[in-house]
Amino acid sequence: MGWTLIAAFFLTLGGPPQQTATTSANAANATCLACHGQEGFKSDSGKNLHVDESHFQKSVHAGLSCTTCHTSITGFPHPAKVEPVNCGMCHSGEASDVTVSVHAKDSPLPCLGCHGNPHAIVPVKDAASPVYPLNVPKTCGTCHGNPELAKKYGLPNVYAMYMDSIHGFALTKDGLLVAATCSSCHGTHKILSHTNPQSRIYRTNIPNTCGTCHAGPKAQYLAGIHGEQMQAGNAKAPVCTDCHTAHQIARVERASWQMKTSATCGNCHKERFTTYLDTFHAQVSALGYIETAHCWNCHGFHDILPASNPKSPVNTANLVKTCGECHPGANRGFVSYQPHADPRNRESYPAMWFTTKFMNLLLLGVLGFFALHTLLWFIRSVGNGRRGGEKQEEVKP
Amino acid sequence: MSAGAGRGELMGQANQEVRYHVRFTLGQRYLHGVLMTTFIGLALTGLPLRFSHSPWALSFARTVGGFTAILFFHKFCAVLLTTAFFIHLGDVFFRGVVKREKGVFWGPNSLVPRGKDFVDLYQHVRWFLWLGPRPKFDRFSYWEKFDYWAVFWGMAIIGISGYVMWFSSFFGRFIPGKWLNVALLLHGEEALLAVWFIFAIHFFNTHLRPESFPMDMVIFTGKETEEEFRKKRAVEHQRLLEKGQFETTAVVPPLWLKNFARIIGSVVILTGFVLLVLTLVAFFRS
Repeated sequence: MGWTLIAAFFLTLGGPPQQTATTSANAANATCLACHGQEGFKSDSGKNLHVDESHFQKSVHAGLSCTTCHTSITGFPHPAKVEPVNCGMCHSGEASDVTVSVHAKDSPLPCLGCHGNPHAIVPVKDAASPVYPLNVPKTCGTCHGNPELAKKYGLPNVYAMYMDSIHGFALTKDGLLVAATCSSCHGTHKILSHTNPQSRIYRTNIPNTCGTCHAGPKAQYLAGIHGEQMQAGNAKAPVCTDCHTAHQIARVERASWQMKTSATCGNCHKERFTTYLDTFHAQVSALGYIETAHCWNCHGFHDILPASNPKSPVNTANLVKTCGECHPGANRGFVSYQPHADPRNRESYPAMWFTTKFMNLLLLGVLGFFALHTLLWFIRSVGNGRRGGEKQEEVKP
Repeated sequence: MSAGAGRGELMGQANQEVRYHVRFTLGQRYLHGVLMTTFIGLALTGLPLRFSHSPWALSFARTVGGFTAILFFHKFCAVLLTTAFFIHLGDVFFRGVVKREKGVFWGPNSLVPRGKDFVDLYQHVRWFLWLGPRPKFDRFSYWEKFDYWAVFWGMAIIGISGYVMWFSSFFGRFIPGKWLNVALLLHGEEALLAVWFIFAIHFFNTHLRPESFPMDMVIFTGKETEEEFRKKRAVEHQRLLEKGQFETTAVVPPLWLKNFARIIGSVVILTGFVLLVLTLVAFFRS
């Protein structure tokens, strides 16, 4: 009987019992909401000053009073100049991170660009939050998917690239919370330029950044020659993004990706790539046939090792096994095939050099002789017909 | 009266006027037919590989069903051509060695070059330059013999290198692997020579030159008119007359055969020209 009465008392106050602690703030806020709670409430300059109380009550800041953030307002009438809200009063760590980030100068309130309506901020784990993992690309894309803004800041239009990538598909199509979003690689509040050595996407930090999720490939990469060179400070050593790209990372099983990748290796290994192009493997590949040898079929990928290393698949001792993966019955003689033979290099590939020279001479000789023969014949035949005097001995069938 | 009667009348007239000399046996015509068809097939499926970085190569590959299909057709044609080649070799061996038929390896009816061929070439070139009369040719002219031996040489080089690559693991037991590199190089370059030679030189010398334009039907019908034979191969004609061996027939090559030959011939010549232009452009661009 008594409990029912107490419950009825609280219900008339308009709130459930657990909100007792916030009632004082709510009471103070009620004064503000008397004006700001009205829909369509605007300043003289037309700025929207309306605060939706129902959203605010559901937000993470529901327990705070208006003046906790709007510190320059102490009563009514308000001062002529209202100071902007400083989120850093409470969120000092995040605020100092943003201050050093690329977004520091974006606007007086860089927080809201990502976190949205300040009176309706919900926890990151809430699916309605603009910074909930599944919503992050769309939130960042508001600016980074805008071609004009991209142009203004000289940035690539990365949003579309990301959305078509394996990460984008995993996030949008499969709804995987573990899929990499913008912030997985770039960080959240302390986003730094890729030229900043502290940045998560600074060249030499990239293997660690990708390795946060891709621990296996990271370990393989660091064991291979590329990783070794990178750690030794070789600026030319490739990192993850040199082969996989940054935003448009494709599924490596896709033929469209595999088709392009030998050329990617060729960006650095120019001579090796050119000589590969002369081989049957490359010819077949160019016709759209994927089941032929591309760079990685023989050399491996993350843990590429020099041929001199006994662990390398292209080490002489391992060739029968490596070639045998596609060519059953491969043997010692067969694997002395030269997958990078250069017919222009007489020293290293004399057989190829001589064959090329011989064939060139043969083609030039035979075709040159008969081209001249045919041309003269044709001219003579036509001339004969025109002159008429010297009758053509042969007749048309 | 009726259309049928009218046609019969015309054919009767033709029979009275025109007599034919038989130049090629049915077997020889079939041999050329197989050679021509498989050669076009091999060229169509091989050249996209030789020029695999040309846009037309990729389009062709996609159209016919990718490299797997290309390779299948290429090997299929190769086996047919090899079979025909060995049947021909067997035939020549049987006639020349087993039956000891005369004139297979030497003489005017043989394809083996002899002194007259070089004289003919010299005189023919003199004729080209308005320096002398046109030489008279025997059963096989020097350029026809060259055609024949060019195919022979090509069959050996392209055939052997092709089979070495086809069964590369097997051949790897006997030959060093770097010969496989040479095999592809030889195969591609020799094929290019064959294709350009056939599509430019053979087509002109045999079919497109003004005396035979647009095509010489004799390889398809086996027959040429007495007059054509006399003009084109005066020496052979004279010899047959002297020996009393000149036989002619009044049987006209059937119209269906001529039309069949015209259609097939046109398709092959057109295909050849397209391939000739595409490969020349691709070759000089690279």
